Amino acid sequence: MEVINENAAMLSNYEVLTLLKELQSQNGASKGKSGKIQQNLATISYETVTYLEKTPCKYQSPEIIQKLLQELAPFSLTKAEKLQLLNHCPTTAVEIQLMIEESEERLSEEEIDKLLDVIARCLPGEPEEEQEGEGEGEEEGLVGEEEEGQEEGEEEEGVQGEEEGDKEGEDGEDEQEDEEMEAEEAIEVIED
Amino acid sequence: MSKFRVMFVLAEMTDTVRIEPWLFHLKLNDAIKFELHKKLANKVVHNVGLCIALHDITKLDDSHVIPGDGASHTKVHFRYVVFRPFIEEILVGRIRSCSREGVHVSLGFFDDILIPPDSLQQVSRFDETEQVWVWQYESEDGTHDLFMDINEEIRFKVVDEVFVDTTPVGPEDLAEPVQDPLLENQPKKSPYSLVGSISEPGLGLLTWWT
Repeated sequence: MEVINENAAMLSNYEVLTLLKELQSQNGASKGKSGKIQQNLATISYETVTYLEKTPCKYQSPEIIQKLLQELAPFSLTKAEKLQLLNHCPTTAVEIQLMIEESEERLSEEEIDKLLDVIARCLPGEPEEEQEGEGEGEEEGLVGEEEEGQEEGEEEEGVQGEEEGDKEGEDGEDEQEDEEMEAEEAIEVIED
Repeated sequence: MSKFRVMFVLAEMTDTVRIEPWLFHLKLNDAIKFELHKKLANKVVHNVGLCIALHDITKLDDSHVIPGDGASHTKVHFRYVVFRPFIEEILVGRIRSCSREGVHVSLGFFDDILIPPDSLQQVSRFDETEQVWVWQYESEDGTHDLFMDINEEIRFKVVDEVFVDTTPVGPEDLAEPVQDPLLENQPKKSPYSLVGSISEPGLGLLTWWT
């Protein structure tokens, strides 16, 4: 067996999830000898799908991804950085700094906020069923499939909906104490 | 230099696929798909990564039947979805166990991730009674002990990858986590393992930063 190119293309989590679900439904539908359960494929598919369903890509579709890429165009990010944003859906400035190299030099605070806003707007937290769409020019061509709405009721890490993390430069101060304080403040507000 | 930038990549490979006569009733593409999955799914290819599933077949050369062997042999060009996070990538997994060697993290489909003691948040210590690592977080009010418990979700950065060329062995059950924190962890010879770090702001247990 020969490896021609070990890194022929990058894949978004969404594409991998779609491919695996398609394979699962094919294997489930086929009968007879060819429907023999391939243990390894079944194991790895199941585990990978389980992992990916806990990430934001569960709610994505080709149209959403295309829209996001269009909106990200003015920020001059590399392909890989855009892909990371797509896969992780950061909601805080700290996460952006982790994913984008030298983000402090390349992006002003305003731009980071704008970036977070674009991501929050384009990448949904609710499941949507989308029909086939065109694949993005940068990614592999996708044959859009109907997303099987598998809602396991698990929360994604990326979309917490809490914008506390927007305070930049707060290194590790967001501890459980802060949570308690905010809870107290919230209670105070309600009582008022 | 790391030219890989995301978790999953497409690897182009070729192989000569052998199809036994009793699979001749299948369409050639299906039989080949079947064989490639049998051979590669959930297996590590040295210096490539963990193979997940077949993406597509790009080219099929002519099939031949070799004298003395009833099966057909076809050279296939195909692309496989491979898991291979890049150095510096941020991932989220679950803590599988803690030992003196560090914190063992699992992604469910991939288990061999270790965060060594040096790459934990400073200052951290290993608690012998509970067999967990503890981050001694210092703030104005004093030191807080933050326990890194099993099954907690943890965000880490990949800092290194190790490929070990193991001679052909049976498939390792990468999907089954081993939870036995009381036993000393034997040095595992896994073909592909990752080294992680959580020593930066934003990394570590998800509960620390929300």
